[in-house]
Amino acid sequence: MKHHLVLRVVAKLLIPSILLFALYTQFHGDYGPGGGFQAGVIYAAGFILHALVFGLESTKKIMPLWLLKILSALGVMVYAGTGLTSLLLGRPFLDYYALAEGVHGQELGIMLVELGVGFTVSSVMLILFYLFADQGTEE
Amino acid sequence: MVSLAISFLLGLMLLSVFAVIAMRNLFAAIILLGIYSLLAAALFMTLDAVDVAFTEAAVGAGISTILILATLLHVGHDTKAKKIIKPAPLLLVLAVGALLVYGTLDLPEFGNAQNRVHQSEITRHYLEKSPGKNGEIGIPNVVTSILASYRGYDTLGEVTVVFCAAIGVMSLLGGLRKKKKQTTVSNDSTTDSAS
Repeated sequence: MKHHLVLRVVAKLLIPSILLFALYTQFHGDYGPGGGFQAGVIYAAGFILHALVFGLESTKKIMPLWLLKILSALGVMVYAGTGLTSLLLGRPFLDYYALAEGVHGQELGIMLVELGVGFTVSSVMLILFYLFADQGTEE
Repeated sequence: MVSLAISFLLGLMLLSVFAVIAMRNLFAAIILLGIYSLLAAALFMTLDAVDVAFTEAAVGAGISTILILATLLHVGHDTKAKKIIKPAPLLLVLAVGALLVYGTLDLPEFGNAQNRVHQSEITRHYLEKSPGKNGEIGIPNVVTSILASYRGYDTLGEVTVVFCAAIGVMSLLGGLRKKKKQTTVSNDSTTDSAS
């Protein structure tokens, strides 16, 4: 689709706003609908649009597969690490009251946990897309 | 009014499912499945389940449609045009469907405020004790409080499952292999991916 001028221009306009909306969904999940899972999927969708319009190879230059593998593991680590931190601070696993005073601990804990979910979900979705769309590697 | 909208959406969903079954072109069938997911998202919206609708629209209508389309690159566009109806699978499907419908008869009445879910102690606890400045969690979206805090263990398991799915797909489709190996093997399938 590299030769479609209209598609390229519209995609260039859309991709930043999709990524921005993903970040909004990520950090506004406490107040409105959304959260790490939805944000991760939308973030991945921005990159998938880039891959569809500009070709998979150019997307792989921006977001290589090895980086996605690290990010997907990092998300689970951030989540479990939040739990372990509260464990080390002398409270039960994933008890956010350990992280800060009162309700602020809950807010901090939820933010960290959602960040972990967002990392893992967005990178896993992109890994799946890369592997399914890449005809070279699968044979 | 709401029940009218719900029946309208359910009718459209039923229509799109039958269209998927009748469709011989796989590309059109996948797009119809995406429409089905979008209708499901609209249905969740009318039921005031905004978070679920959000997820359904992003995952069901967005990502999974794209992933199935990417799979289509490998398997081709058309199914074999044979329309023989086999009696045994048809009977099995009808029997299971009838059982499922029979199962729904036992569900509580739709939209009734006296239902168990609305009356239970834990629902009241979540709705009254969790939000607000002096609440247990202190953030307004109760869905997020439940998913990320009260039920944090479940969400941790969920994230791990998503991560394992990626590992599974990588081991099946060769994402774990080193890149160098495949360039030494035959080079006749030049990479013109994602055209």
